[in-house]
Amino acid sequence: MLRPEIEYVRKLAEENARVDGRGFEEIRPLELEVNVYPKAEGSCLVKLGNTSVAVGVKMSVDEPFKDTPNEGILIVNAEFPPIASPEFEPGPPGEEAIELARIVDRGIRESGAIDFEKLCIKEGERVWAVFVDIHVLNDDGNLIDASGIGAIAALLSARIPRYDAEKDEVDYGVREGRLPVNKIPVPVTVGKINGKLLVDTCKEEEETIDARLTITTIDSGEICAIQKGRGGYFTEEEIKRVFEISVEKGREIREIIKNKV
Amino acid sequence: MKRNRPEKLIIDGKRLDGRAPEEMREIEAKIKVLSRADGSAMFRFGNSIAIAAVYGPRPMFPKHLQDPEKTIVNFRYNMAPFSTEERVKPGTSRRSVEISKILKEALSEVIFLEEFPRTGIDVYVEMLQSDGSTRCAALNAAALALADAGVPMRDLVAACSVGKVDGEIVLDVNGKEDNYGEVDMPVAIIPREGRVVLLQMDGILSKEEFEKCLELAKKGCERVYEVQKECIKKAYAFEAIKEGEE
Amino acid sequence: MGQIFVQERELVMPGKVLARGMDVLPGNGTYRDGEEIISKVIGLAKIKERLISVIPLAGKYMPKHGDGVIGIIEDVQPTFWNVDINSPYMGILLLGEAVKEYVDVTKTDISKYYDIGEVIYARVLNVSRSGIVSLSMRDPKAKKLHGGKLVRITPYKVPRVIGKEGSMVELIKEKTRCQIIVGQNGIVWIKGENEALATRAILLIERESHILGLTEKISKLLEGEEV
Repeated sequence: MLRPEIEYVRKLAEENARVDGRGFEEIRPLELEVNVYPKAEGSCLVKLGNTSVAVGVKMSVDEPFKDTPNEGILIVNAEFPPIASPEFEPGPPGEEAIELARIVDRGIRESGAIDFEKLCIKEGERVWAVFVDIHVLNDDGNLIDASGIGAIAALLSARIPRYDAEKDEVDYGVREGRLPVNKIPVPVTVGKINGKLLVDTCKEEEETIDARLTITTIDSGEICAIQKGRGGYFTEEEIKRVFEISVEKGREIREIIKNKV
Repeated sequence: MKRNRPEKLIIDGKRLDGRAPEEMREIEAKIKVLSRADGSAMFRFGNSIAIAAVYGPRPMFPKHLQDPEKTIVNFRYNMAPFSTEERVKPGTSRRSVEISKILKEALSEVIFLEEFPRTGIDVYVEMLQSDGSTRCAALNAAALALADAGVPMRDLVAACSVGKVDGEIVLDVNGKEDNYGEVDMPVAIIPREGRVVLLQMDGILSKEEFEKCLELAKKGCERVYEVQKECIKKAYAFEAIKEGEE
Repeated sequence: MGQIFVQERELVMPGKVLARGMDVLPGNGTYRDGEEIISKVIGLAKIKERLISVIPLAGKYMPKHGDGVIGIIEDVQPTFWNVDINSPYMGILLLGEAVKEYVDVTKTDISKYYDIGEVIYARVLNVSRSGIVSLSMRDPKAKKLHGGKLVRITPYKVPRVIGKEGSMVELIKEKTRCQIIVGQNGIVWIKGENEALATRAILLIERESHILGLTEKISKLLEGEEV
């Protein structure tokens, strides 16, 4: 991005304003639609302002990991395809995509949102593997929150295909029960510009921030994942303030998700 | 992948999804779907959904790859992991490399390459859902995205597939028909000129069958072209204005 | 005798046959194929006697000699600068075209004149056949632009933003009390009291430039009414 645009965002922040006229604690319009990709066991298309992310849940049956013989497997992967931004190049996920996938993974895993034991088919031999594939479609900032929201919505609306134990085959034509998901982890990311805290940064703001803090919370108001990114630093007060914002915005977003799945 | 092959693909003159042999699936097209791209479009044949983005013409690096007389078109076709029944491992495959090549060649036929020496035009297509005719959906989306980006072209490019299923020639092959049928033949034309810029076939066809396929494909492509043009008109919500306004 | 198949300002797209006959001439945005003249881009048909052209509704800025452009210094080399002019082609500003006095390049770091990130309003001096674009600051209107904000619009909408004899941009300047410079390359520089309102007006013109009743809508917006 051009330097003058960075100066402009900074100047606005001084005046307590944002490029798109939002308040510092206001998120962009959030739209989500589930079951949009029928070949996936679960799916969600999220639009957070102009940021657009497609998430698909695919399932297969495999051997469990040696140290968790009676638990299913969760793998979260994120792709930043070049359609989404002039800055994305084709190729395997770079550090931003990998970090994002791991943040979303942490939110789901650490919160205990999925009951992995319920995904066990035969202990030590066969368990369900759940793949959450995040596919960014348009990057206008805050991919982390959009992806995290899409991921949990896709998991909540997913249906398990039928497993034929005799043939050791999955029949994708039949959809049986829901995934055992019982919590709704929501990541909320705040960017800092000269000490001002901005929620849900759009692309221009993202290029300008000094530091970034993502806090994933669940319904109870507890935190299940934190990630500080982008260099820079946060003071203790700032972190506490970000926590408050994350719980509040998390609640708002959770209601929207619940209404849609 | 021949397990679960259905007994018949055409029963009482109807295909598995209820269509008649010469019937196309529902088609949908939209442009301006991605804000960061210079031009973008979505194109759908039934459950095959392609999203295309175009960047450029833009400076091309490294310098030694530049062509002093024209722009270089780069095309990348990719499938989202959740786009098919069996998850697709992220990354390129030999199939996606081949499709990228032939789609780039098809589009290079219509773009006025000499107008932008030393630059590059990048065309990217992601398949969000795959249910047969994916390279056709991808090409249709890419042509629209190029027009949306303002890249000068002789015409749009319109593509569709034809095939042979249970001995019958069909239009717009879906996933099951592609897997279990006898022939799959994607075709793309430059509509105004009738020139064929993409043609592939796998299976066995007699000369008569091939000619019938080609005729049917042309009709299908014309239908696609109408949808593409309509979608451009809609995007500009156009009302004619008087000279004085300028 | 040639036939023309479209009307003035009709929306056309690549492949659309605009006219037929050898006495009709293909202008910008069109090409000839045998007897026919066909559109190359999505745009509005323009008919001037026997010359048919298409005004594109999208596309990149292609630099032309004489254009005033707003650019951002991208890189400083010993004797010239690379300037981003929002085009597939990079602009080059040679020392001789930028600075009047004599400069000893062996002793001087020329970034003291123009540095990375700075914004300039320059004139396009020359465009070579392979697309090398030379810029010049030796123009009464050329200058460095400090502060303010930049807005990017489709280059083809620039005439609409400027308006007939500058009427549109003057109106916006007046009502928002801003300085505004519109680069032919689709970059607009705004500096003044109500930069946000000026930005909204310009983006509205870009979005609805082909729709009836725009001038009225802009006036309303500038008066502070909701549109």
